[in-house]
Amino acid sequence: METNEVFEKVKGLFVEDLGIDESKVTMDAKLEEDLEIDSLGIVEVVMAFEDEFDIEIDDEELADVSTVGQAVNLLHSKI
Amino acid sequence: MSKRRVVVTGLGTINPLGNNVADSWEKLINGDSGIDYITSFDTEDLPVKFAGEVKGFDANEYMGKQHARKLDRSSHLSIYATEKALKDAGLDTKNRLGPNVGIVLGTGIGGISTTEQAVRTFDERGASRINPLAITQLMPNSSTGQVAIKFGIEGPSLTITTACAASANAVGEAKNMIQNGVVDMVIAGGTESGTTSMTIGAFSQIRALSTNNENPKEACRPFDKERDGFVMGEGSTVLVMESEESALSRGARIYGYVAGYGSTTDAYHITAPAEGGKGAVVAMQKAIADAGLTKDEVDYINAHGTSTPANDKNETAAIKTVFGERAYEIDISSTKSMTGHLLGGGGAFEAMVSVLTLKNGVIPPTINLNNPDEECDLKYTPNNAIKKELSTAMSNSFGFGGHNGVLVFKKD
Repeated sequence: METNEVFEKVKGLFVEDLGIDESKVTMDAKLEEDLEIDSLGIVEVVMAFEDEFDIEIDDEELADVSTVGQAVNLLHSKI
Repeated sequence: MSKRRVVVTGLGTINPLGNNVADSWEKLINGDSGIDYITSFDTEDLPVKFAGEVKGFDANEYMGKQHARKLDRSSHLSIYATEKALKDAGLDTKNRLGPNVGIVLGTGIGGISTTEQAVRTFDERGASRINPLAITQLMPNSSTGQVAIKFGIEGPSLTITTACAASANAVGEAKNMIQNGVVDMVIAGGTESGTTSMTIGAFSQIRALSTNNENPKEACRPFDKERDGFVMGEGSTVLVMESEESALSRGARIYGYVAGYGSTTDAYHITAPAEGGKGAVVAMQKAIADAGLTKDEVDYINAHGTSTPANDKNETAAIKTVFGERAYEIDISSTKSMTGHLLGGGGAFEAMVSVLTLKNGVIPPTINLNNPDEECDLKYTPNNAIKKELSTAMSNSFGFGGHNGVLVFKKD
């Protein structure tokens, strides 16, 4: 799966499942500041990723993820 | 030193009758029922297929999906009711209310629909798939916390869970907080959204609910011989309460006074009222005394009046014990006949009704009261509202657990 395809799927999850405004979801968007996903919300996002891509994400892997782009790259490396 | 007087300056409500105060009041005095067949879930396997549901409210539309999906429905309703009440009180909802404003909300069962969903997910998909927001949605104090966050209420906060007396206790404790000078303003009320399949099923198991599936609008019939249980309802009602000085200094409109509060416990049985409503009697007496009144000065009683065989009989007996011969002269009504039982949201709704009854000089009726029980022989305002100038009102709320919360209101 290409990076842009992963991004489109991630965007779809954010918009459809989490109710985030579509225009805010860009590769540069910061999860906490721009998308208002707090520490509880991150757990939801991870669950949604795991279900969508049929993968498992460890907490340690999230340490360096603070933007949509970093999340997309992490997912891309795992699928 | 005389006690500080406590006034109501704002009202907000969302309930089976309407999504604002004006619509709700109009339906109340017209004797319209807000009870109907349940539409929010499939009732095929349930013995009871009707309830008082809130209608025409879309939380996603009201607060945006990103925010709405983080909250249980009981919190959607309480945030909505609070916003309405604050605006009604002439307060700017854009500014944080700050540390001189407290919040006291009552709820019977908190975020029960979230609890049910989380258990289903756990059973079907395991622990790792449980909604990470489940705990923050299901805890009973969730609404209190969420309303405080939304409106920046930084003073003392309490969540009261005395079942069906919860929000009467909330209004009473808020009154005491203001009267004692803890803060000048308290957002007080209650919320409940327990119209779920498990809850309806479980209340049915204790034979507490009416099973009149043929005529839902006639199912709740307090004090009537044919009554066969209460009707589940959902909703939230919030009162902006403040010291009289605070209201006068900011030029706020005053609806009326929360003058007295009595709280007792039956300490007898977890669901059945003590014989003759012994605990209720003392709660009524304490509320009247707290208001600085005598029993001869109470003009109207908004009864707990659930439409269960036990409550209505014992509440009637308790009123007779408190008021003696005068019990037969006092105007009484049960507005649950129209809303159903809002559980933890009921006391605040009925506090609002009591305040409006005094202010508007109209007593809402007890509908479906066509054939009174012999043991229920007081003036329950059957089926039609009555116009009457009144000075004082009392509102009774009694909850499973044996909790009794009684409020007394004055017009001026």
